[in-house]
Amino acid sequence: MKNSCLECHTLLPPPMNVDPEQANQDIHTQKGLSCSSCHGGDPSQDDPLRAMDPAKGFRGKITRQQIPKLCAQCHSDAAYIRGFNPSLRTDQYSQYLTSRHGQRLSQGDTRVAVCTDCHGVHGIRPATDTRSTVHPLHVAETCARCHADPEYMKAYGLPTSQFDDYRNSVHHRALAERGDLSAPTCSTCHGNHGAAPPGVAAVEFVCATCHVFQAQLFDGSPHKAAFAVMGLPACVTCHGNHRITEPNDTMLGTGPESLCLRCHTEGDGGYQAAEQMQEQLLGLARAIEQAQQVLDRAEQTGMEVGQPKLELGQARDALTKARVAIHGFQPDRVLAEVQTGLEVARAAQQAGTKALEEYDFRRLGLAISLVLILSVVIGLRLYLKQLEANSQKRSNAS
Amino acid sequence: MRLWRLLRDWLDERFGWAELTAFLRKKTVPRHRYSVWYYLGGITLFLFVVQVCTGTLLLLYYRPSSSEAFRSVQYIMTEVEFGWLVRSIHSWGANLMIFAAFAHMFSVLFLKAYRKPRELTWVSGMLLLLLVLAFGFSGYLLPWNTLAFFATKVGTDIVAQVPLVGDWLKVFLRGGEEVTGATLTRFFGFHVAVLPGLTTLLLIVHLLLVQRFGISVPPSLEAEWQALPPEQREMKFFPNFLLRELMAWYVALGILGALAALAPWKLGTEADPFAPAPAGIRPEWYFLFMFETLKLLPARIWIFEGEQVGVVAFGLAAVVWLLLPFLDGNAAGRRARWITGLGFFALAYMAGMTLYAFLMG
Repeated sequence: MKNSCLECHTLLPPPMNVDPEQANQDIHTQKGLSCSSCHGGDPSQDDPLRAMDPAKGFRGKITRQQIPKLCAQCHSDAAYIRGFNPSLRTDQYSQYLTSRHGQRLSQGDTRVAVCTDCHGVHGIRPATDTRSTVHPLHVAETCARCHADPEYMKAYGLPTSQFDDYRNSVHHRALAERGDLSAPTCSTCHGNHGAAPPGVAAVEFVCATCHVFQAQLFDGSPHKAAFAVMGLPACVTCHGNHRITEPNDTMLGTGPESLCLRCHTEGDGGYQAAEQMQEQLLGLARAIEQAQQVLDRAEQTGMEVGQPKLELGQARDALTKARVAIHGFQPDRVLAEVQTGLEVARAAQQAGTKALEEYDFRRLGLAISLVLILSVVIGLRLYLKQLEANSQKRSNAS
Repeated sequence: MRLWRLLRDWLDERFGWAELTAFLRKKTVPRHRYSVWYYLGGITLFLFVVQVCTGTLLLLYYRPSSSEAFRSVQYIMTEVEFGWLVRSIHSWGANLMIFAAFAHMFSVLFLKAYRKPRELTWVSGMLLLLLVLAFGFSGYLLPWNTLAFFATKVGTDIVAQVPLVGDWLKVFLRGGEEVTGATLTRFFGFHVAVLPGLTTLLLIVHLLLVQRFGISVPPSLEAEWQALPPEQREMKFFPNFLLRELMAWYVALGILGALAALAPWKLGTEADPFAPAPAGIRPEWYFLFMFETLKLLPARIWIFEGEQVGVVAFGLAAVVWLLLPFLDGNAAGRRARWITGLGFFALAYMAGMTLYAFLMG
C-alpha cells in the first residue's frame, strides 16, 4: 500500500527524518497500521498538501501532552486491542494517570515521561522483544536515562543514585548475570505505567510479591508493631531498597556488621535473640562446611559417598529455611530448623569419617595381602629354583 | 599325600587318570630370551576368570533396570560386605584384561607366532580380543551413570555410521531409537549371557589349538635355539612353566588388589536422560584411538561423510588384521617385514592417539 509519508520523511533531515528500517520493524507497522493511524492525513496522496490535509484528520506533530491520550485511543479500547493481542492489557492509560509522571503531566509538566519516552517513537517493539527498551533486561537503563541524570532531576529534588545502587544489587545480578527474567527491575517494585514510589506501609507488600514466607513471618513477628510505631518501613530498614546486597549471617548478631544493634542495645531481649539466632545459623553453616570437607576428602580417595553428599543438601535446605525463619525474630523457630539441619550434617560427617576409616582399613588389608602375595611369589621362585637344580643334577648324573 | 594317592587311584580306576594326565608330564615349552611374552596369554586368561568370578558375585545384587541399576551398584559399594572390593576388582580387572589381551596380540604379532600352522590360533585369538572389547563396551553402561550413559550414546551413534546396516545396528543395540532402560537391559543380556557363552566356546577352541600346535619359537631365534642342548631349550610344562605362570598370576592379582584398594573405581552420578551431555564425553581408553581419529576427520571426504569413511576404514583394518597370517610369507620375506612394520605403526598409532586424546581431554 502506498505510503507517501515515508517517501518524503525518509529523505528529510532530522528532526523530520524517519528511519525506514526502524519504521518497518515497529510492531504497529507489522500489525497493519501506518503513519496516518497516529498522525492522520492521507498517505495515498502524492501531493503533500492533500496528504497532510487537516480536513483529512492530519494532526502533524503530536505534542508531549497529547501522546498518552493518543496512544490510549487504541490501547484503552479492549474490543479493538483484542483483535491484535487478546492478552494485552488495556489499563495502561488509567494507570498512567495515577502515576507521578501522569499526575505531573496533567499539571502541565511536559518534562516527565510519556509513552514514547520509554517505548520509543517510530521503532516500537513489544516488551517481550529483547531489543525493546522496556524488555526486563533494559527497563533499568530506560528509567536511568532520566532518573540517573542529575541535571534533569534537579528540578524534582530526586536522588540519582538509584541506577548505580541497583546495578550493585543482588536483584540486578540475578537478572543481568543469571538471565533470570523473573528477578525484579525498576517496574517490578514501582509499577510501570502507574510508576510511583511505594509508601512506607506498602513496602512490605511489594517485597512480599516474591518473598512470601519472609513477609508472613515478619507479619507475625514483634518487629511488625515496633516498626509501625517507629514509622520504619519493613524490609528496606534492614535490607535497603535499590542496593540490596546478598544477605549474610553477620547482618544478624552483635558484631560490627550487625543491623540489630541499630535499635537494640546490650542486655535487651532483642540483643540476646540476635546473638542466639546468629550463633545457631553459624553453627549449622560450620557443621555443613565440616561435613562437606570430610566427604570431599573421602571422595578424593575414591570412596563412594554420593548418598551422604546428596543428603547433605537437606542440611543446606534447613539452613536456608532457618535464614528465612529469622524474619519471625523468634529464636525457637530458628532453632527448630537448625536442629534438623544439624542432625543431617552430623550424619553426613559420620558417613564421611566412616568412609575415611574404611579407606585406611583397605590400605591395611592391601598391605597384608601384598606381603602374602610376595611371600607366595618368592616361595614359588625358590621352589622352582630347587626343582630345576635337582633336575639338572639328575640329568648330569645320568 | 596318602589321601591324594587314594583319590588319584580312584580317578585312575574309573577314568584312566594317568592316561589323561600323561601329556602334561611329557609336554614341554620352548625356553629362550623372549619366553616372558608367553605369560601374557595366561595372564589374560587369569583376568578373564577373575571377571567371571567377580561378575557372578555382582549379579547377586545388581539390578538391570534404569530405575534400579545405579542404586544397586551404589548399594554394592557401600552396604554389601566387601562389595566395594568385588566391584572395583571387576572394573579394574576389565581394563587390565583388555590391556593384557592387546599386549598378548602384539607380542604374538612381533614374535611371528601366528605363522603356519597357527593361523587359526591367531584368528580365534583376534575374535576373542573383539569379544573382550564388546565386554568392555556393554559393561561400561551397566552402572547407569552419567558418563556411561552419554558415552554409550556417542558409541552407538558411531555404530550408526556403518554403511547399509548402521541404522538397523544402532536400533538393535539400543533397543529403540534412543539410549533408554531398554538399552541397559539389552546390554546386560549381552554382557552376562551372549558374550560369556561365545567367549567360553572360542576360548576352548583357542586353548585346544594352543595345546595342539604348542608354543612357537620366534623365527629370528630358531637357529640359535635349535643349537642349544634339549634340557636348555625346553622346560616342562608341568610344573615348571605352570608355576612360572602362577607367579605371573599372583603378580597380576597384587596389581589388581592395589588398584582396587588405592583407587576404587568411581561410580559418578546417576544418569539423567533429560540432562544435557556434560562436556568432554568420551569412551573408555581402549576406544580412544578410534574416537579421536573420527573426531579429527573432516566432515566430508570426497562424496562420503568423514565419520563413515573412518568407520569403514577401521572395519577394513580389523578384517586385514584378522587375516594377517594368510598375508604373511616366509619369515625372511619382504611381506613378513612389511607386516612387522605395520604392527609397529599400528602400535605407535594407537598409543599416540590415546595419549593425544588424554592430553587434549
